[in-house]
Order: sequence, then C-alpha cells, then structure tokens
Amino acid sequence: MATDARADGSGREPIIVLEEVNKSYGPVHVLKGVSLSVGRGEKVVICGPSGSGKSTLIRCINGLEEHQGGRISVEGVQLGPKTLSAVRREIGMVFQSFNLFPHLTIKENCMLAPMEARGLSKAEAEERSLDYLKRVHIAEHAHKYPAQLSGGQQQRAAIARALCMQPRIMLFDEPTSALDPEMISEVLDTMMELAESGMTMVCVTHEMRFAQKVADRVVFMDQGAIAEVGPPDRLFNSPSSDRLALFLRRILTH
Amino acid sequence: MRFDFDYFLSLLFSTRFFEPVAIVIAVSATAMVIGVVVGTIGGIVSNSPLPLLQRLVRLYVTTIRGVPVLVQIVFWYNGLPALTGGAVNLSAYAAGIIALGINEGAYMTEIVRSGIQSVDRGQREASQALSLSYRSMMMKVILPQAVRIAIPPTGNQVVNLIKNTSLLFTVAIPEIFATGTNIFSANFKYFEVIAVVAIWYLLLAVGYGFLQRTLERRFAKGRRTLYDLAAA
Ligand SMILES: Nc1ncnc2c1ncn2[C@@H]1O[C@H](COP(=O)(O)OP(=O)(O)OP(=O)(O)O)[C@@H](O)[C@H]1O
Ligand SMILES: [Mg+2]
Repeated sequence: MATDARADGSGREPIIVLEEVNKSYGPVHVLKGVSLSVGRGEKVVICGPSGSGKSTLIRCINGLEEHQGGRISVEGVQLGPKTLSAVRREIGMVFQSFNLFPHLTIKENCMLAPMEARGLSKAEAEERSLDYLKRVHIAEHAHKYPAQLSGGQQQRAAIARALCMQPRIMLFDEPTSALDPEMISEVLDTMMELAESGMTMVCVTHEMRFAQKVADRVVFMDQGAIAEVGPPDRLFNSPSSDRLALFLRRILTH
Repeated sequence: MRFDFDYFLSLLFSTRFFEPVAIVIAVSATAMVIGVVVGTIGGIVSNSPLPLLQRLVRLYVTTIRGVPVLVQIVFWYNGLPALTGGAVNLSAYAAGIIALGINEGAYMTEIVRSGIQSVDRGQREASQALSLSYRSMMMKVILPQAVRIAIPPTGNQVVNLIKNTSLLFTVAIPEIFATGTNIFSANFKYFEVIAVVAIWYLLLAVGYGFLQRTLERRFAKGRRTLYDLAAA
C-alpha cells in the first residue's frame, strides 16, 4: 500500500506537488506512483534504505531525471520540457559529492551562475557571493580553490553557491554522507540556519538528530514508494510498519 | 663507404636547413591550429544531443584515421583538381596544410571527446541545477576541465604532426626531408645527410617537449588566478 502524502495537514500553501509519479530505468521500476505535497516553508526529510528511490525522487523534482508518469508541479507550474528552466529557477540543489567546479575559486563558483544565467554584473555577483559565503561562514576562504578546503567547507560552499541563485526551494541529497564525522555538524548547523530563515527544504538524509530538530514531516521510502509519512516524533517513536522499525534499528545501531 | 665526419658537421652547422626548419614549424603550427579548431568542434558535437551531426563526425574520424596521411596529401593536391576538373586547384602549401590539419582534426576530435567525457558527471548535473545554459556549461565548466585532460595527448599529436610534415616532400614543399633528398641525390652522401635530417627532427621534437612541459605545469596547477569570469 502506498501512503498518500498529499495532504500535510498544516494548511500551508503547496509549493511542490507530486502526483502518482512513476519512473523506470529500462525494466527497473524505481518510483511506483509517488504522491507528495510540500508546503511553502516546510521542511521534509526523506529517509529509507539504499536503492529505495530517494535520490531519484528529488532529482525528478528539478528535472535532473525525467519522470515517465504522473505530474510534478512547482509553484503551480507543471514540470515538462518547456517549463524545465522555469522550474529550475525556483530550486537549488546540494549534492552528496559537492560537485563544486574545481577550476574556479569558491567565490567564482558562486558567481558563475548568477552571471551566466541571471545576467548579473561581475560586481553584483561578487557582492552576492560574499554575502552568502558569509552566511555559511566561509567568506574567509572565498579566494581558495575547492581542493584547498575541507569536505565540510566544500559542502557549505556548495550550499552558498545554490543560494546565490536565490531559490525558493532547496533540495539536499545526502549532503553529509561523504563527510568525515567531525565535519557533519558544521554542515547540519548551516542547514538548520537555512531552515530557520523559512526556506522550503527537501532533504534526503539519515541524520536523525537533524530530522528530529528541523523536519515538519519525515517521509520513509521503501522499494520506490512512500511507505510511511508523518511528524518525526511519531515516525521515529512509534513506526507503524515493520520495515520502518527495522530501518530505524539499523541506522540507530549504525 | 666511410662516414664523412667533416661533411656531416659542416652540413649540420650550415644554414641549409634554416629555411626548411622554419617551413616545418610554420606548416605544423598552422595545421595544428586547424586540427585544434576542427577537433574542438568535433569533440563538442560528439558529446552533444545532435545525432545527425554526431554521425557525420564519426564518419569523418573513421575515414581520416583509416587512410594514410600520404594518400590524403596526394588527394588534396592531385586528386581534388582531377575530381573538380581543375576548378579547385590548391597550391602545394594549401593542400599540405589542409591535409595535415584535417588529419589532425580527426585525432583531436577523439582527444577532445574523451576529455569532455572524463569530466565528472556531477559537473553537468550541478550546472543544470544552477540553470546554466548548454553553452555556458560547455564554455565555463566542462571545456576548461576537459582542456586540462586533453593537453598531454595533444602534445603527442604535435610531435606526430611535425614528423608527418616530412610527407610533404611528395608535393615538392622544400621542408627538411625534401631538402635532404635534394642534397643526397646530388652528392650521394646518404648517411651523413639523413643523419642531419634526423637530428633536425629530433631537435624540433625535444624543443617542443620543453614547451609542452611548461604548458602542462601551467594547467596542472589548476589554480589559474588569471581565469577571468568576465572575459567571455
Ligand atoms: N542511472 C540509473 N540506471 C539504472 N538504474 C538506476 C539508475 N539510477 C538509479 N538506479 C536504480 O534505481 C533505484 C533507486 O536508486 P536511487 O539512487 O534513487 O536510490 P536511493 O534511495 O537514493 O539509494 P541510496 O541510499 O543508495 O542513495 C536503485 O535500484 C538503483 O539501482
Ligand atoms: Mg541516493
């Protein structure tokens, strides 16, 4: 049974709406009719076992993957070939492997898209990039290249780079999974500050502490479908499915 | 026959080869520019979503790589005028430079193509997520990284190209090898002359090697502060 996560019950205006989204890679059915609605300013954490389709789901939201069935709308605009760029305007994304541009400094990483895609002048882009680099507390490294920074600093730079496009929604795909343990909290702290600013956030993460603190709802995915959804307290303390209970035991003992 | 050491030295330090060497450098440089331009376009097309153009590029690469350079040179110089009934009649230099440049372009296409492909997939995804246009993504993100990967194999191509200019003796361009053949067919000092010819090619290859290493060091740093975003 696929849980319908369309209504979040908070009365927020929906900003992302997924209806019966299906996705296959050849014969492999990866998303099996996923429905989810995310309200403006809402923080949704997606968790689930490896291969359950978490990455695929959030990559469908900004069109990095094409979905084959169902509908995805962002700010009321239905995602399709013609609306792809309009939808992407609203969405920033942070990747597990940072994906910073290695040939550019941190500041240049942040300036590139505002200049190329938004037509900002160099001075405007520079000002904006320093502004966001300050917010993620790495302005002092602005002139360095990604390879000269720690993983945690690189990921915060990647967050700043996405924020420089002033998106209304931020997607995170396991932003701390590639980090050494001592660097995880600096990235999570940055994300929490971002959450406090009212940003709509969809985060794939297994950081339960983050989910407890920040998430309005937690979505548990299993085998390409949403198996359970609800506030973090209810999901973590009284999971209604054996699968979720098993999954929680696994990551907590991990 | 005895090795005429005095003659060898006098030929080596004569000015006989200055002009041929200059010709080889000029022809190689021009052909390489053609090769790099053609190869960059070919490499980008090979990685683009344009199936028809892609096939055309594949055909070009397969054809050029399968046909000896000598045959290509004769095609441009003698074959083309015959084909067009004399309407297209290239000078020896034009034919030679086009032949070597077009030949080089095929190899450069492969080098640029694989350079682009070896740039991490995540770089494209980040570019897309940041709303960069295809053009911006290529020019500002993918190609600058692909160039760094492509520089060492391109160096090998330059050395090959320098050596391939020797084939231009067939269209009577007075390059190094042609000059050598002229000399030994007059004095029959085959060994001395060919040794000098070989030394000149070797000097060019070694000299280029220095240039190449400087270039590689420049790019390997990857910390080019001269990278200016405003310069498009
Ligand atoms: N490009 C692809 N081609 C074929 N199959 C793919 C591709 N990408 C993902 N898959 C398959 O789709 C399924 C879901 O993958 P996805 O990456 O969304 O899972 P995930 O929940 O993010 O897992 P993880 O926790 O390991 O990141 C997996 O079975 C995976 O093997
Ligand atoms: Mg994943």
